[in-house]
Amino acid sequence: MRDREEVTNKVSQFLEQIAGPDIQITPETNIAEELALDSVKVLDLLMELEDEFDVSVPLNLMADVQTVNDLVNLIEKTITDN
Amino acid sequence: MPLLDKFSSFLEERKQLLSVKPDIFGTKIEKMYSATEASIDGHKVLLAGTNNYLGLTFNKECLDAAHKAIDEEGTGTTGSRMANGNYSSHRELEKDLADLYHCNHCIVFSTGYQANLGTISGLAGTGDVLLIDAHCHASIYDGCKLSGAEIIRFRHNDPDDLSKRLNRLGDRAKSSLVIVEGIYSMLGDTAPLKEFVECKKQHNSYLMIDEAHSLGVLGDTGQGLVEVADVGKDVDFITGTFSKSLGSIGGYCASNHSQLDAIRYMSRPYIFTASPSPSNIASARAALVLLKEGKHLRENLWKQSNRLYAHLQNLGFKLGPEPGPVIAAQLETPEEALHIWTTLLKKGLYVNLIFPPASPQNMPLLRISISAAHDDKQMDFICNVFTELMNEK
Repeated sequence: MRDREEVTNKVSQFLEQIAGPDIQITPETNIAEELALDSVKVLDLLMELEDEFDVSVPLNLMADVQTVNDLVNLIEKTITDN
Repeated sequence: MPLLDKFSSFLEERKQLLSVKPDIFGTKIEKMYSATEASIDGHKVLLAGTNNYLGLTFNKECLDAAHKAIDEEGTGTTGSRMANGNYSSHRELEKDLADLYHCNHCIVFSTGYQANLGTISGLAGTGDVLLIDAHCHASIYDGCKLSGAEIIRFRHNDPDDLSKRLNRLGDRAKSSLVIVEGIYSMLGDTAPLKEFVECKKQHNSYLMIDEAHSLGVLGDTGQGLVEVADVGKDVDFITGTFSKSLGSIGGYCASNHSQLDAIRYMSRPYIFTASPSPSNIASARAALVLLKEGKHLRENLWKQSNRLYAHLQNLGFKLGPEPGPVIAAQLETPEEALHIWTTLLKKGLYVNLIFPPASPQNMPLLRISISAAHDDKQMDFICNVFTELMNEK
């Protein structure tokens, strides 16, 4: 089982790779607006995270994800459900 | 945010692109001269971005069939297939398409978009799982969304990645549908279909292929990728469109599963729309005969496609992974793409310009589609225009 801190760190790490080191990632960061990620970039990021945690996250649930914290919650829940 | 405020920010962000003339997102075709020539912005141009793969839009047999249908059955059906819009010709076209694929069942929809929307949302529902290739068309994404099923995306053209995701589903894999395309609309590459078939068999899943860009282009009788890969019997559902190689409008799903007919009663995009007009169906039927017999059309299509792919490669363009009638030049920046597109148009060549996120890999694309109606002289022109473009850099 991966703990919440580990999931948060990994998500932040992946987002930093895309957004660049100059942008501060916090749990409240809005992924689409503040990091300027379009829908495809977000889906590609999700694929990387799925492989990292060996889970499949249904795309349907991504509609409710706005912040880094939302994404961490979704991945954590998927890991728990599996 | 007030309802209409999002349009202000959208228009502001795209100010530069939207100010370019002619409008890149709504190029106006003022006059059509033939399947490959038109007038845009007052100038005659050669068309190399129309998806008119077999060049049949002005074919005499197709025109005659459409004229006859209008005279005999009117301009439109004014109703749904479930009500007054179900003509003999719709059923006959369904039989023609079922025959093409050696299938027992086929449904005709009003557009190719609706064929995917209606098939996917009719087949899958809550509790089912849809696994889609990352490069699938928007109509597939939208069909998945409409279905209410779980949607899982796998890496483009990667059967191992699909297998990994099917493994994660465990026993639920048997209520899953895998969706791929014959030729992908943006980069023009083909799916490794045999491998996908093996994968779905191993996991007791189902497989659907969209042959929108491969119908008429691949296979001895033009079925598409299923014919080249010789897996027609192993693919559960085949969808496609009339709006590319058949030069009409409409779409279809063919299958050997008898349950396909049941989706007529539960597919909202089939039920709640008017059926295709008689002239669309008539020209599609005439074009389908020409498509089956069209080996000579495919020979020229592939000859011209291979020639342009090699030429652009020699000029240093970064292209999609394999030659074919869809040739995509991947460019670095939107500004570069826009400059090349407008320069080509000024030189008399129309191609498609695609920006992310509609194009994959976050790269703008110049998307060129070749037609069997392009002759050697026209291909000389296309090649020369690109050579000039590179020399002027």
